[in-house]
Amino acid sequence: MGTTSTTSTTSTTSTTSTTSTTSTTSIDAPLTIAGTSLGSRLVLGTGGAASLLALEDALVASGTELTTVAMRRVARPTPGAAGPAATGDTSIWGLLERLGIRPLPNTAGCFTVREAVLTAQLAREACGTDWIKLEVVADDVTLLPDPAGTVEAARILVDDGFTVLPYTNDDPVTARHLADAGCAAVMPLGSPIGSGLGIANPRNIEAIAAASPVPVILDAGIGTASDAALAMELGCDGVLLATAVTRAADPVRMARAMRLAVEAGHDAAHAGRMPRRERALASSPADGRVAVGGATGPDARDNLDLAL
Amino acid sequence: MTTSPDTPAGPARPAALVNGEPYPLDGPVPVTDLVARLVPEVVVDGVPRGVAVAVDDAVVPRGAWDRTEIRPGMRVEVVTAVQGG
Repeated sequence: MGTTSTTSTTSTTSTTSTTSTTSTTSIDAPLTIAGTSLGSRLVLGTGGAASLLALEDALVASGTELTTVAMRRVARPTPGAAGPAATGDTSIWGLLERLGIRPLPNTAGCFTVREAVLTAQLAREACGTDWIKLEVVADDVTLLPDPAGTVEAARILVDDGFTVLPYTNDDPVTARHLADAGCAAVMPLGSPIGSGLGIANPRNIEAIAAASPVPVILDAGIGTASDAALAMELGCDGVLLATAVTRAADPVRMARAMRLAVEAGHDAAHAGRMPRRERALASSPADGRVAVGGATGPDARDNLDLAL
Repeated sequence: MTTSPDTPAGPARPAALVNGEPYPLDGPVPVTDLVARLVPEVVVDGVPRGVAVAVDDAVVPRGAWDRTEIRPGMRVEVVTAVQGG
């Protein structure tokens, strides 16, 4: 019994050390999209921030190196009111430059392939990047991705030289089509945009991450830090979120929480978690327990014995 | 493509449709000048930053702004990056 136990402990130890050697490599490898390495696996959206100042603090606290921006019509100058709201909005551009954060323009608000393609082309011209977060949304109530339109637009944009990061639903087959179309990453939703409901279908997210030849970034639905950690534990390569930070009561604190959650989830995903058991398993040695009144208590049972 | 934007009531004045609203034109205007008039704050040292222009659903590359003229009846989109996503 004692010999068997020692042997199994030894073999377990050697397995564990092999696993941790392998995972050290993947922890050190940064998130790389289309050949560009990013220092953070957290992509922060900028929508919903109360002010640029609050946004700046949250961006810094999040540690993000990639941040989404939307493309919108410039405000027409109104007589008498110098510097309309557009002045404040356009300075998001200066803010990202100052912080050294790469912009990821999106096609938010596009319902058709044509709208999305033109918006992407405008974004490339305005932002000086061929990276685009592709969104072709089915309707303005659910805000769910239109799979057919997204795949069609992705093909057009890839052919046009874009680095395409498509927002998609949590369907593994659509994700495969997008990767086949040449997308640089796929970004499945956890739950609907702005809902904060977390990851509604973790098995699908896990399946997408397991099969994808390109990085998988969970996009939309994150409400709190545990959602972000779960996304990483399911095998995602990164997390994109906005509202969870910008609409938190304390956005800076939540941004920091998200940074730590993404790091923790990534480490956990590659640390080789322990197997789940149906029954308890003591972690303290069974031998050498104190005796009270001359008895050593009940005989050690299987669960205590196994603890060695 | 061939339809002109709705002209407001009153004496008809030639106009392009800029960001969805009629923009009166007395003559052709290069894209460069239109941008400078619309958003002077984005022009730094004579170079507009963070802005893109499409005319009749086609992007006009910045290098072609000087020689591309906006004429009445054209549909123009002038966009920039804002918070979002």
